[in-house]
Parts: sequence; C-alpha cells; structure tokens
Amino acid sequence: MNYEIIGISVLWLFLYGYLIVASVDFGAGFYAYYAKVTKKDHIMNQLISRYLSPVWEVTNVFFVFFFVGIVGFFPDSAYYYGTALLVPGSIAIILLAIRGSFYAFENYGSKQSNLYMFLYGATGLLIPASLSVALTLSEGGFITEENGKVALDYFALFTSPYSWSVVFLAIVSVLFISAAFLTFYAARANDVAALKLVRKYALFWATPTIIAALTTFIALGQHNERHYQNMFDYWWMFGLSVGFFMIAMWLIYEGKRYGLAFISVMLQFFFAFFGYGVSHLPYILDPYITVYENATHESTGIALIIVFIAGLFLLIPSLILLMRLFLFDADYVKGKK
Amino acid sequence: MMDLDPVLMSRLLTTITLVFHIIFATLGVGVPLMISIAEFIGIKKKDPHYTMLARRWARGFVIPVAIGVVTGTAIGLQLSLLWPEFMQVGGNVIALPLFMEVFAFFFEAIFLGIYMYTWDRFKKPMTHWWLSLPIVIGGAMSAFFITTVNAFMNTPEGFEIGGDGFAAINPLEAMFNPATPTKVFHVLASAYLTVAAILAAIAAFGLLRKKTKEYHKKALKLTVTLTFIFAIFTAIAGDVSAKFLAEYQPEKLAAGEWHFETEGNADLILFGWLNEENEPEGVIRLPGLLSFLAYSDFNAEVTGLEEFPEAERPPLWIHYMFDLMVTIGVFLLGISFLYLLLSKLKRWNENNKFMLWMLVLSGPLAMLAIEFGWIYAEEGRQPWILRGYMTVEEAATTSPYVGWMFVLFLLLYIALGVIGAVVLRKVFKNNPVEDELEKKYPTIEKGDK
Ligand code: HDD
Ligand code: HEM
Ligand code: HEM
Repeated sequence: MNYEIIGISVLWLFLYGYLIVASVDFGAGFYAYYAKVTKKDHIMNQLISRYLSPVWEVTNVFFVFFFVGIVGFFPDSAYYYGTALLVPGSIAIILLAIRGSFYAFENYGSKQSNLYMFLYGATGLLIPASLSVALTLSEGGFITEENGKVALDYFALFTSPYSWSVVFLAIVSVLFISAAFLTFYAARANDVAALKLVRKYALFWATPTIIAALTTFIALGQHNERHYQNMFDYWWMFGLSVGFFMIAMWLIYEGKRYGLAFISVMLQFFFAFFGYGVSHLPYILDPYITVYENATHESTGIALIIVFIAGLFLLIPSLILLMRLFLFDADYVKGKK
Repeated sequence: MMDLDPVLMSRLLTTITLVFHIIFATLGVGVPLMISIAEFIGIKKKDPHYTMLARRWARGFVIPVAIGVVTGTAIGLQLSLLWPEFMQVGGNVIALPLFMEVFAFFFEAIFLGIYMYTWDRFKKPMTHWWLSLPIVIGGAMSAFFITTVNAFMNTPEGFEIGGDGFAAINPLEAMFNPATPTKVFHVLASAYLTVAAILAAIAAFGLLRKKTKEYHKKALKLTVTLTFIFAIFTAIAGDVSAKFLAEYQPEKLAAGEWHFETEGNADLILFGWLNEENEPEGVIRLPGLLSFLAYSDFNAEVTGLEEFPEAERPPLWIHYMFDLMVTIGVFLLGISFLYLLLSKLKRWNENNKFMLWMLVLSGPLAMLAIEFGWIYAEEGRQPWILRGYMTVEEAATTSPYVGWMFVLFLLLYIALGVIGAVVLRKVFKNNPVEDELEKKYPTIEKGDK
C-alpha cells in the first residue's frame, strides 16, 4: 500500500470513530430535551452527567483529528473546501461551541436552564446535519471553480434531492446509534425505567434509518453515476452492513445481549461507511481532488504516518483506561461512585 | 459590511479568535502545573489546605478548558476557511506539528476527564496525583507544537521551492527552525508566569475580603513564589528572544525599538510617541542598551529599519506593544520579589493592603502581557504570513461573506466570555472555602481556617 491510501484510511477510520462517539452524544442531546418536555428528564440527566460529561472533550478531539489530518495529508482540500465552506463551516463551529460549553456550564450552572436544554437538544440534530454537507459536496457538482475562484453553488445544494437525503440519513442515524448505545448503558446500570424508554427509541428509529439509507443510495445514483456504479463492486460490504443491522434489531427486540447489539450497530455502520468510502475513491472532492494527485509530499506523508502509529501506542492504553473507568466500571455506571 | 475587503476581515476575524483563544490556551497550559504542585504539597505535607487548593483550582479549570477547546476548534477550522492558500502551500510543511498537537490534545483530554472525575476513587492519594502529570505534559506539548508552527511562519525552513510550489520537504527541519527554541521557551515560561500571577491575584483578593486567612495565606505564598521563579525565566527567555530577532528577524526588532539607522552602540528607546515626521519624541534613551539586548555587547552593530524596503516594514506602533510587555514583566518580577523579601523580614507584614492590591493587579496585567507579546510578534511579521514567501494578502480567502462571519464570531465570543464568567463566579460563590473545608476535613480547627 502506498502512503496516500494509508493516509486516507486512517482519516476515514477516525471519521468513523467520530461518527459513533459523536452520534451517542448528539442523540443523547435530543433525547434529553425530549425527555424533559415529556417530564422524564431524571432518567437522561443521570446519563449525561455520568458518562457524557467526562468524555465530551475526547469526542471533540476525534473531529479535530479528522480535519487537521485531511488538511495535512491533502492540503488542496484546505483550498477547495476552505473557500467553499466558509459559511456552513462557520455555522458548524458555532453550533459546536454552544454544545461544547454546555457540559461545563450545565454541570455547575443553573441546572435546569430551559434555554440551554433546548440548545443542547437542537444542536444535537443541527450539527450532524451541517457536517453532513461536507460529504454531500464531495460528490461534486456543488463546488465550482471559475477563473481561479472557488465558490459554492448554494442553489444547487438546497434544491438537490441528494443533499436532503444525506441530511435526513445523518439525523436518523444519529438517533438510532444513540438509542442503541443508551439501551446498552441503561441495561448495564440496571435502570429498568430508563431501559424501557430507550429501548423503545431504538426500535422506533430502526425503520427510518433503513429507509433513509435506501433513499440516499437511490439519490446518489441520480447525482453521481460513477460512484453509484462503484458501489456495486463492494456489494458485499453493504450486505454485511444489512446483516449486522438485522442481528442488532433481533437482539434488541428479544431484549437480550444489549452490548452485542450495540457492537452490531457499530459494525453495521462500519461496513456501510467504509463501503461508501472505498467506492468514493480515488476522489476526495469530485472532480478536483484525488488521493493520488493531491496528496502531500511523500516525506510529510510518511512522517504523518509514523506519528500516527506512535500516537496510537499512547492513545489506545489511555482510551482503555478511560473506558474502564466510565463505561465498564459497573459501580460507576450505577452511580455508586 | 458586505463590501469590506475579505483580506481585512480575515485578519480581523483571525485576530479576535486568537486574542480570545490565547487567554484560555494560556490557562490550559499553566493551570495543570499549579494544580499538580498544590496536590503534591498537600499529600507530602499532609496539609488539607493545599489539597483543597488543588481541588478548587481543578473545579474552576473545567470552564476555561471548555472555552479553550471550542475556540481552539474554531481556529483549527478557520485556518483553512480564512487562509486557504496558506494552508494549501504551508500545509505540506506544518501538517506534522499540527497533527502531533492533536495527539497531545487527545492525551490531555483523556487524562483530564479521568483526573477530574476520580478525586476519591483511589485508595492511595498519590495514585490520583500521578494522573495530573499527563495533563501537565499534554498541555506543554500542545504549546510546544503550535509554537513551532508559529515559529515556522517567522523563519520558514525545511523545504525548497520547486516548479509548482514546495518541493523536497523536510518536516522535522521545518519544525525545528531557528525561531523554535526561543519562542517555545518564552511561550511556556510566560504561560506559567501568567497562571501563577492570576492564582496569586485570586488568593490576594480572598485575603482582602478577610476570608479564611490560613488557606488564602498559604495559597498566596505558594503562587507568589512561583510567580517570582517564572518571572525570572520569562525575562531570560525574553532576552534570548530579542537576541534571536536581532539575528534572524531584524526588521521586527527594529520596528519594535524604533531603531531606524544601522549603528553600533545603539540606544534602547523606551516609551514616547512618534511625531508627524515619524520621529520619536518624549522617549527615554538608555545608551547602548539595544546593542547589549541584541548581542550582549554594548558596541555591537544593530540593523536598522532603513535596510528594508518600505513595503516590507512592520508597522511602527508595535513599539507600544513591546514596551507594555516588558514593563509588565519588570513589574511582575519586582512585586513578587518585594513580597518574598517582606515575608523573610520578620518586622514587616507581607500581607498588607498595598501589597495585596498590587498582587490583585498582577494577574490581569500578566494576561495582558501575553496579549501584547503576541500582537507584537504577529504584527511584527507583517506583511508576511510566511516570512519571505507569502504575504497575508496573498493567503486570504476570496469569499465575500467574511464580514458576516466576523460579526457572528464576535457575538459568540462575547456570549462565551460572559456566560463563562458568570458560571465561574457561581461555582465558587455557591461553594465557599469555609464550608467545603469543614465538610471535607472536619478535623481542622476553626481557628486554622
Ligand atoms: C507574561 C507574559 C510576558 C512577559 C512578562 C514578557 N513576554 Fe515577551 N512575549 C510573550 C509574553 C511575555 C509571549 C506571549 O509569549 C510572546 C508572543 C510571541 C512569542 O513568541 O512569545 C512574546 C514575544 C516576545 C518577543 C518576540 C519574539 C519573536 O517574535 O520571536 C520578544 C523579543 C520578547 N517577547 C521579549 C521580552 C522581554 C525582553 C521581556 C522582559 C521581561 C518580555 N518579553 C516579557
Ligand atoms: C493558530 C494557533 C492555534 C491553533 C490552530 C490551535 C488549535 C486548538 C484546537 C483545535 C484546540 C481544541 C482541541 C480539543 O478539541 O481538545 C485547542 C485547544 C487548546 N490550545 Fe490552541 N491552538 C492555537 C494556539 C494555541 C497556543 C499558542 C497555545 C499555547 C500556548 C494553545 C494551547 C491550547 C491548549 C492548552 C488547548 C486545550 C484547551 C485547554 O486545555 O484549555 N493553543 N487549540
Ligand atoms: C498556523 C498558525 C497561525 C496562522 C496561520 C496565523 C495567522 C495569523 C494572521 C493572518 C494574523 C493576522 C495578522 C494581521 O494582519 O494582523 C494573525 C494575528 C495574530 N496571531 Fe497568528 N497565526 C498563527 C499562529 C499563531 C499562534 C500560535 C498564536 C498564538 C496564540 C498567534 C497569535 C496571534 C495574535 C494574538 C494575532 C493578533 C495580532 C494582531 O492584533 O494583529 N498566531 N495570525
């Protein structure tokens, strides 16, 4: 394998990591607000303060890692995306800022500020929606370059069925992943009331998730024929994805092995996400940026990969420690510590 | 708003983001060290006052960290959004330190989460103290990596210009460019100095309000001692920074010192202003001291601004920034020395009103010195974004919406600043030291507090 492919794979892996951990966080925001409106908030608040507060900063770093990495490996993406995404990117930053400060402020501040709870819930859906725009743009057709000036065609973006189906898919996936995780966490905490509630959410959002996935697939066919055709070469990845989805649904429906169910959900998204990614290659931004032509210099690329490997040796043990303390320490989960 | 020049607006937006972020970044680098020191003393001396100090600092720390993270995320993205050409070209070289910085954040974030939520979860208190070290190291590493990026912008090295842009890149050489050692030294020393001074200011303020004497006295003694130590390091680092400038970026030093003609035995110009003919007036001249500052030799020749084409000279107003920074540095050194001197002399009370008010003042002043220092350093690089290769103007985005984004971010920073301050106040108001000490350590006698 050459360094360009290693680079993009590493970045994709981190984006996948962000997809999972951030979905848990974003979805929890929405459910927390929903629970508040329906007067069931005591259930969700426990979870937010015990699991999400200690790890939100780590979640955020996944994202920072991805965008620093993509600019590092493929500097031209800074030029195209940077110029085109000024407005949506800035809005996403502001939403992230509101949300990030929530944990710190809410932990100490006026516990039940309604406005903050609302913002926390709303940003949980708006951030995935706005971030998903970057993926939509990568399919080409929305960013134009004329006389050396890069611009974003907002009209095309807002009238494209494809871009709306991606937004829809992003939102329902977030709610589904999050509910699957919460089911596992509530079961672990032996919190029967919460379990009943979030299990219902997980079962409910499963159907829209599959529908959204199919719609997006069809819309992509209309939008980018090349990518669509490529996806058939990787049909087995999408097949595995559906398989894991069914396993997850069966387990949750039967009400057993919620941990395994959540892992199946993770695998479902893993295969779908990598199937999508690998068939997208060689383009990073169709048709301007490809992994081969627009990668950074070899010396930088290799240095980045070395640092990445060295970094993993540092990170994996630390992450395991974090998870053992906050996710798998039964007493902590139950609120006894 | 819409018609404003994108270059100007990009500069302004970058400026407000960085000026805001650097406050929290500085705290993020410095506070963990102070917490770690206090917790260590608390364990070794078995003195609950210090442990409480560490706990309370850590509790307050969560809020600046959150703001630091969100504004840092903003800068990281804004670099690409506002300076796409710079990132396209420079990204090839600076990707390495930026990438490593993210690992440092990762490391820091993980252990910060663990540290904050595990105060009472271990049998041995030392186990918890060990967890503070990765945070201290992570913070210092973040500062190191990002500072190498800034150093690279001042003295770019480690690449060659090929047919289309950069060729033959050596990212390590780029990281360890000539500006790196002095910059890193000065940035780290000044961050620790600033945080020590701010924590001293809080303790002094507590004493002025006549609260819990013992606790605040101990806190003050510790933080002022640290202020003094790091003020010495900062001054040394500032001196070597000036020597670096004289050698590698003489136009920045010359503009900062209003040193127009190349000459030996050059005078150091302090304060003053410029008249219509751009001549300094009302200045204090220290004969030969500029030569000494630049080369440790009163007769050495110092390059003047005249040697640079008009278009490549930094603005002259950075002189004020330099003066303010140095003045504050001298003030911090003096005031902390005076306090320590008084505390050694039995006849004097070091905790008198005047002393305490001066120390209260020193915290905000130190943070201002950080801002002045950065403005001096960044404005002194003008018109370059990458000295000698790319100007700020060439690097900026062409998007017409920057003006609106500026307004949006200004509002965001105001909101974050205000809410952050309000919440921080609440954290400590709802939880006075007296109550907390009594709750946690009922054995301490009332009189001790
Ligand atoms: C508490 C903060 C603080 C204090 C008291 C001082 N500085 Fe400073 N200074 C900084 C905080 C700072 C900084 C924020 O860390 C800067 C901005 C960019 C940099 O590299 O460090 C800086 C930059 C900076 C530069 C420019 C370096 C460059 O662009 O490469 C010089 C020459 C000095 N300083 C010199 C001094 C001297 C002679 C001081 C006398 C005591 C001094 N500083 C005190
Ligand atoms: C152009 C300059 C800078 C960029 C692009 C930048 C980028 C960032 C980013 C992306 C974050 C958030 C990381 C996360 O998600 O956890 C952050 C936070 C932070 N930055 Fe900056 N930064 C810059 C300047 C600085 C400087 C000069 C320092 C130190 C002297 C610094 C120190 C920190 C620290 C310590 C944090 C962690 C937050 C905290 O602990 O308070 N940064 N920065
Ligand atoms: C990749 C890194 C960086 C980039 C691309 C960058 C770029 C810029 C630019 C374009 C400006 C506007 C200059 C002007 O025209 O006024 C600026 C100003 C500034 N930068 Fe940097 N910078 C970087 C690193 C840093 C770091 C690490 C710091 C430390 C906090 C910093 C602190 C500042 C400050 C305080 C200003 C405001 C100066 C003023 O008021 O003019 N920068 N930076």
